[in-house]
Amino acid sequence: MTRMGWSVLVGVAVIAGGIGLAGLRVNPYVYFAGYVILQYVVIATAWNILGGYAGYVNFGTPAFFALGAYTAVFLIRSVKAPLPVLIVAGGLVAALLGLGIGYLTLRLRGTFFSIATLALSVVLQTMIINWEYVGGSRGISVLRPSGPPFGSYVTFLFTVMVALAVVAVLVARFIERSWIGRGLAALRDNEEAAECMGVPTLRLKLFATTVSGFFLGVAGAPFPYYVTFVEPNSAFALDYAVNALAMPMIGGTTSWVGPVIGAVLLGTASQVATVTISSELNLLIVGVVLVAFVVLAPEGLLGLTRRLRGR
Amino acid sequence: MVAGLLLGGFYAAVSLGVSLIFGLLDIANIAQPAFLIAGSYAAYVLNSAYGVDPIVVGVALTPLFYLIGAGVYRVYYATFERRGDESLRGLVFFFGLLFIIEVSLSMRFGVDYRMAQAGYVGKSIDLGGGVGIAYRYLVPCLVGLAMTLTLYVFLGRTFYGRAIMAVSQDQGALRLMGANPIHIKTIAFGIGIAAASLAGALLVTIAPVIPSTDRDYIGRMFAITVLGGMGSIGGTLVAAVILGVAETLMATFFGPSWSLAVSFGILLLALAVRPAGLFGR
Repeated sequence: MTRMGWSVLVGVAVIAGGIGLAGLRVNPYVYFAGYVILQYVVIATAWNILGGYAGYVNFGTPAFFALGAYTAVFLIRSVKAPLPVLIVAGGLVAALLGLGIGYLTLRLRGTFFSIATLALSVVLQTMIINWEYVGGSRGISVLRPSGPPFGSYVTFLFTVMVALAVVAVLVARFIERSWIGRGLAALRDNEEAAECMGVPTLRLKLFATTVSGFFLGVAGAPFPYYVTFVEPNSAFALDYAVNALAMPMIGGTTSWVGPVIGAVLLGTASQVATVTISSELNLLIVGVVLVAFVVLAPEGLLGLTRRLRGR
Repeated sequence: MVAGLLLGGFYAAVSLGVSLIFGLLDIANIAQPAFLIAGSYAAYVLNSAYGVDPIVVGVALTPLFYLIGAGVYRVYYATFERRGDESLRGLVFFFGLLFIIEVSLSMRFGVDYRMAQAGYVGKSIDLGGGVGIAYRYLVPCLVGLAMTLTLYVFLGRTFYGRAIMAVSQDQGALRLMGANPIHIKTIAFGIGIAAASLAGALLVTIAPVIPSTDRDYIGRMFAITVLGGMGSIGGTLVAAVILGVAETLMATFFGPSWSLAVSFGILLLALAVRPAGLFGR
């Protein structure tokens, strides 16, 4: 219990550091870029709970992210809900979808599950495109509420994202170290064997898909206030699917540190590439890095360092 | 309705490659639609530069794409299949490949819509009563049917075709018979990619293409393959026609923005209710 106490303490310290960072008056673009990187920390960590721990590859990251974002848009339009409500609601709706795909795993394993999640993303996008209330295909602009608690609104969102990232990482770390993480690892390596040994595979899978979906939705919920203009193509961008996959793969999927390392490295690299070169080239880099890592270092950076140290 | 049937013939051409690679070889090649679009652009470039018929270009380019496909399989085999962790990381590998091809195309050609020109585009046969068949749809449909028939005969009658069927059933047994399963799979993968590129040439005559068109076809391809029963060529054709008709009806009654949801909806349903497909073993 003390170990958990320590990790919570470290988390609180990081959040405080984030608030301190928001107090510094550096170029606002730093917060803008920092928000995106932190958002990817949340996404990569959430993806890894299902993809890394349980071994179910989810291509439908955009569906969950956009569901969080569009839940927020709906609540802003209908009742002008405050940001904390948006985050929780966005997370819960996405968690519900997660629970749904959890039941899909009953019949679909491996490749079929991945293709189904990809299909889910497109079906959801079509529904949003045809739903005029949240902007349809043209998109909708969102007004930020006036007067954030401190600083400018972007720095405020930045600190919110720091907190969300810390919570997501702590939850992932907790799952990994508990009996749940061990159960998930067992079903990742051999589902039938795990079931035979008395591991409650279905309950664990449902848990993993729900938690993973929750945090993907949470990552998307502040998105409308961040971009102030939401349209289906940006909310359902394939970039999220590729990045959510690439970041844990680069860092290493078996530990909570992996997605964080991957998200920070790849996120920073693509922010720099977007500014200095072009956004399309940046996507190309992500794709090439992903393929290179899967081929050359399947265990990610963590596995690579472990191997180097071992010899 | 007629348009749906014609669309079905074309969809069959699009899905044959997946049927072969995913259905028979059990390799989840998510990058297949990217090869489709690559075929479209190849046909478009030669068509706009020299005025060659896009479908002729498509046929002429199949050996090239066959070689590319064979190369991709060799890389895949060496890095994943031999190590035995093909399912998860192999999937990610193909997903990355899809992304690389798509972004490369959009960097080279931009995101403008491209379409090929041919003598028959824009003409149609009048059936009377205001019903006509556009050659633009008829020709790709006929080519698609021809491709289906060719592949069917190839798999059933020739040595290599039968070997491909065999490798899908029992690799170990094939090895005992003195054939090299890797060699056979390389051939099958190459044919699958070549079929996709030819279908791409058909696509660029039917409708304008942008690099991200491949995303629309991921769902269609896999929906048809799964619905048709993994690896069944006849089933692929039937499923393709079903999907073509369903999409056309949906577009007519609810508007074109819904037609894409049909394929993915059918895919989800097929996966959830009957993963073995209509004609599955």
